[in-house]
Amino acid sequence: MRLDAIQSAREQIENACAKIGRPVGVMEVCGTHTVALFRYGIRSLLPKNLKLLSGPGCPVCVTDQGYVDTVIELAQRTDCLIATYGDMIRVPGKATSLERLSLPNVRVVLSSDDAVSLAKNHPDKTIIFVAVGFETTTPATAVAMAQAEKLGLENFTALCGHKRVLPAMRALLSGRNDKIDAFLCPGHVSVILGSGAYEPIVKEFHRPCVVAGFEVEQILSGLAKICEQLAQNEFAVDSVYGLAVRPEGNRTAQQWIENYFELCDGPWRGLGRIPEGSLRIREKYAKFDAQKRFGIEQMPAEEPRGCLCGQVLCGLIEPNQCKLFGKKCTLDHPVGPCMVSTEGACAAWYKYQK
Amino acid sequence: MTEQNDKILLAHGGGGRLMAELIAKTIGPAVYGKMPQVLADAAGVNIDGREILFTTDSFVVKPLFFPGGDIGRLSICGTVNDLAVCGAKPIVMSLALIIEEGFAVSDLEKILHSIGKTVKEADVAIVTGDTKVVEKGAADGIFINTAGIGIPKKGIALGFDRIEPGDVILINGTIGDHGMTVMSQRQELTIQSPLQSDCACLHKIIGLLLDQLGPKVKFMRDPTRGGIAAVTNEIVQSCGCGVELWEENLPVNPAVKAAADILGFDMLNIANEGKFIAVVSADAEQKALDILRNHPLGKKAARIGTVGPKQPHSLVELVTSIGGRRIVQMPYGIELPRIC
Repeated sequence: MRLDAIQSAREQIENACAKIGRPVGVMEVCGTHTVALFRYGIRSLLPKNLKLLSGPGCPVCVTDQGYVDTVIELAQRTDCLIATYGDMIRVPGKATSLERLSLPNVRVVLSSDDAVSLAKNHPDKTIIFVAVGFETTTPATAVAMAQAEKLGLENFTALCGHKRVLPAMRALLSGRNDKIDAFLCPGHVSVILGSGAYEPIVKEFHRPCVVAGFEVEQILSGLAKICEQLAQNEFAVDSVYGLAVRPEGNRTAQQWIENYFELCDGPWRGLGRIPEGSLRIREKYAKFDAQKRFGIEQMPAEEPRGCLCGQVLCGLIEPNQCKLFGKKCTLDHPVGPCMVSTEGACAAWYKYQK
Repeated sequence: MTEQNDKILLAHGGGGRLMAELIAKTIGPAVYGKMPQVLADAAGVNIDGREILFTTDSFVVKPLFFPGGDIGRLSICGTVNDLAVCGAKPIVMSLALIIEEGFAVSDLEKILHSIGKTVKEADVAIVTGDTKVVEKGAADGIFINTAGIGIPKKGIALGFDRIEPGDVILINGTIGDHGMTVMSQRQELTIQSPLQSDCACLHKIIGLLLDQLGPKVKFMRDPTRGGIAAVTNEIVQSCGCGVELWEENLPVNPAVKAAADILGFDMLNIANEGKFIAVVSADAEQKALDILRNHPLGKKAARIGTVGPKQPHSLVELVTSIGGRRIVQMPYGIELPRIC
């Protein structure tokens, strides 16, 4: 960590915000940024007129209740193994969560590779990979399907819950939240999409879009660039994530996504249906599609009563403005997914804020 | 009252909030009747006028063998350390083995050899034991329980009630080594610098500290499951004083930090097995650090924080490396790796 670079970025932010004068809202799209901003104590050091808004970049948080209930239902079949990323096990469904069910056929995996290994090692079970995440993890699901094909595995499936960040950003600016003055863009998603992907947002909505990684120096540099753009009233795409993020992104990963998935209008918790905001597995690979294999009609479910995760995800309220926060909804007994996920705004607020 | 559909979760064994809740609401009332005000790492018992300290611990680590140790070594160090942080010299131990049918005898021999070696290191005797075998699938290889009896050092009084505003919080070395070593073995993470558990018996280094500083050492605990976050939150909850930790001062092995970053874990929540936290009077800080740093198990000893004033709703706060502040909560119980 370069302390001089950090100090310099802090000064730039102070000076730019003093010049701006009015309150400005910067949305940190990505859940990992939300956590990092708290964990490094950056929030406590920012000028008062710079407000950070947590965005919908937490894959667990934006997965709709219907998907969660579907996974919980499938988990109770004896002919399946559920392979899931860790956070999903604690998300409450209508009646319970995977964690509380404590079923032996639910396995936490670190990667889609692990899910394919499960399929190889358990030929008598159908593996259902809980495939959530944005563009960072979508290519890995595609690769998993290719591996399964190569290994001749008939028992590997994915329940596709993948989503796309850009349509969500567009939906937020198109009426859901008029307090967003700029975006701190997600680092890992941008490695795949490329910084150039944000050009249409800047052009149409006149908002700075700056990509940053997750170290404290990166985040402060990213915020400094945003504040300077706002102070100058000149908006552009920029990146402080060095060589990791190219304007064109990772074409190979993009091709993998294109080959295996097609766009669809899926439900996002908190944002409703977003045109082309979700992905589904192409018909060509239907044999890997858990939704088709099990004839699942995913019905959007109602959010838990009183839960305002949706508004938190849109940056419309801060978690402590939800009546359930810290009372009925806590880290130990979460009501909504924003409290469950390690990248959820409510969990971060609860863990790190007084 | 227990809800009928409540089940024990993995997090109940994590050393964090859920475990504390289970003990306070379910185990404690059944076992103790009236819950003791404080649950220490070892219990003081008076037998015919002679004060002894008694402790027990069970070991279910996975994998059984890891760089820097194994379940056998851990089973001795864990119990020795629980006695040591309560100011007791460990004297005798029991050893109970629960072995899964089909477990390789060669692995059992390795574990027992490790136990024998560590027992010598700890200068303690195993005087009684038990062996059970359960059918395949009913245990994960082998589970071990050890219990230990120790004699408290004279003139030493350690406890939450001795902690005062202005006291300093010390640790004898790098944090998170054991927990991240075990996690990275489970996840088959290949890190360039190999990780190694810090599993070690702390009775000698602690003995030196107590012999030379006496009552200036006010409280000690080994930050095993739940890590530093759990211990400092226990301090705040039990004595009502706030705690301020300084991220800059936390000794960390860069490879351990890298592994934690990859998996998205907070270093403060990660288990340690060869470390102890000591709360000492401010005027004893430098001498304490000198004593620790002169011992092989304390070369990277550091002051990591201070005890603040008593106030309602006291918290553990971390001053981050860039001068920001954030709260350190009692961990939930299990760390879940992040998705992306």
